[in-house]
Amino acid sequence: MNWGFLENVLSGVNKYSTVIGRIWLSVVFLFRILVYVAAAEQVWKDEQKDFVCNTRQPGCENVCFDHFFPISQVRLWALQLIMVSTPSLLVALHVAYREHREAKHKRKLYQDKGSIDGGLFCTYALSLVFKIAFEVGFLLAFYFLYNGFEVPALLQCSQSPCPNTVDCYISKPKEKKIFLYIMGCASILCITLNFAELLYITWKKLWRCFSRSFIPGKENALIHTRPVSVKPTGHSEDSSTQPACTTDNVHNQE
Amino acid sequence: MSWPLLYAQLFAVNRHSTSLGKVWLSVLFIFRVMVLVVAAESVWGDEQSDFTCNTLQPGCENVCYDQFFPVSHIRLWCLQLVFVSTPTLLVAMHVAYRNHSDKKRLLQGSGRSGFLSNKSQEEELETLKTRRLPIAGALWWTYACSLVFRLLFEGGFMYALYVVYDGFQMPRLVQCDQWPCPNMVDCFISRPTEKTVFTVFMATASSICIVLNMAELAYLVAKAVTRGFRSQRKRTSCSRTSREKLQNKTNQKLLVLN
Repeated sequence: MNWGFLENVLSGVNKYSTVIGRIWLSVVFLFRILVYVAAAEQVWKDEQKDFVCNTRQPGCENVCFDHFFPISQVRLWALQLIMVSTPSLLVALHVAYREHREAKHKRKLYQDKGSIDGGLFCTYALSLVFKIAFEVGFLLAFYFLYNGFEVPALLQCSQSPCPNTVDCYISKPKEKKIFLYIMGCASILCITLNFAELLYITWKKLWRCFSRSFIPGKENALIHTRPVSVKPTGHSEDSSTQPACTTDNVHNQE
Repeated sequence: MSWPLLYAQLFAVNRHSTSLGKVWLSVLFIFRVMVLVVAAESVWGDEQSDFTCNTLQPGCENVCYDQFFPVSHIRLWCLQLVFVSTPTLLVAMHVAYRNHSDKKRLLQGSGRSGFLSNKSQEEELETLKTRRLPIAGALWWTYACSLVFRLLFEGGFMYALYVVYDGFQMPRLVQCDQWPCPNMVDCFISRPTEKTVFTVFMATASSICIVLNMAELAYLVAKAVTRGFRSQRKRTSCSRTSREKLQNKTNQKLLVLN
């Protein structure tokens, strides 16, 4: 089990996204997941083994490493990628709910189940807001946990049981810094794409409402996709009829 | 650990689950299995090699590590995920049994009736494979039992983790005086803060799953109760109508006689 599972899930959601959403997805796959798996994991592989302190006191290296890296950068990225991909599932859930409603009422309720209007617009906008919030949250967490995006070559540690202030050396600081910048830039790019998408769908919705209210006689077949209730005409059934009674048990379909 | 195999099994049963069941499956795989595989396993990877004790006595580190980590977090979580996914297979077995008996009945019926076009029989068999059984009757009980077992396993494993490690926090320093350590030695755990973060994350995901399971159970019970009320009301109105019809018929006969 690896990132392939997340990729499958997200690819399934892709068909309900806008163009910008698909660009976002490509950026996530290419610049973040692929870079993470192919490179970043290897760079941080021996981070604790190669974290060396100028002391022979047992336990000092463990404690200093724990003090400077409460949570490793790669793990934080992995969590960020997982959390940022999850809001897209809200949209998939909503579309599945629409399909379920159509199946339940056994007639076509929506002109296009995947078109972003009505309730789906709110769900989509909410998922974008969550994505932006998670991205910004994780970037801030990175910034405050590691004092910016710098990776110093030397750190000074005086945690117990270190006997005094000891020098500790991080392995591959320059390489780690480069990857931090790559991932940070990719994250900022994704935030920008999410903002642009939010503005785009809001603008589209406003334009739709405007053209419906103020542009007369315009046949907008694509616009109105609210469930159309069709009243059956010439029906002989009247409301006071008793339901058909059988002596068998009534099987309720879910 | 072959998580894709487990996913394939659970996804097959997903069709017969409620909406909450489908949400539970997503939470399970995204927030628990994925996080376990992608992140947690690498955090605990060097747990024994980087477990350092302030002594040169051979064997002391091994013995102290064994004392404080009788079973590793990762293994406990793997077991929890496997046990928690297993009750769903009860539902899968029940559905398979129902499909098998329906198929047998269908084939027997077509044999007795003599001529039945192959096409319609094939269509019927296809619908058997792809249909969604309503959660009623015996399937309801199987489903409810599977939810109860899931809740028990989740709660049991969370409690076991809490008891074995004295809470969800990992200390930096533990003190050990097991033989052959010469006296009380300080032992240092590797990456305690990161381990605490992941332990809390997994415990939170587990609690969310428990809440989802309880909500699903409550939903099933409520559905069964409302179904019972509706069918009872239909039955009483049915019996009232048939009684009235009988009374009308008797009255008409009496009128005719008169």
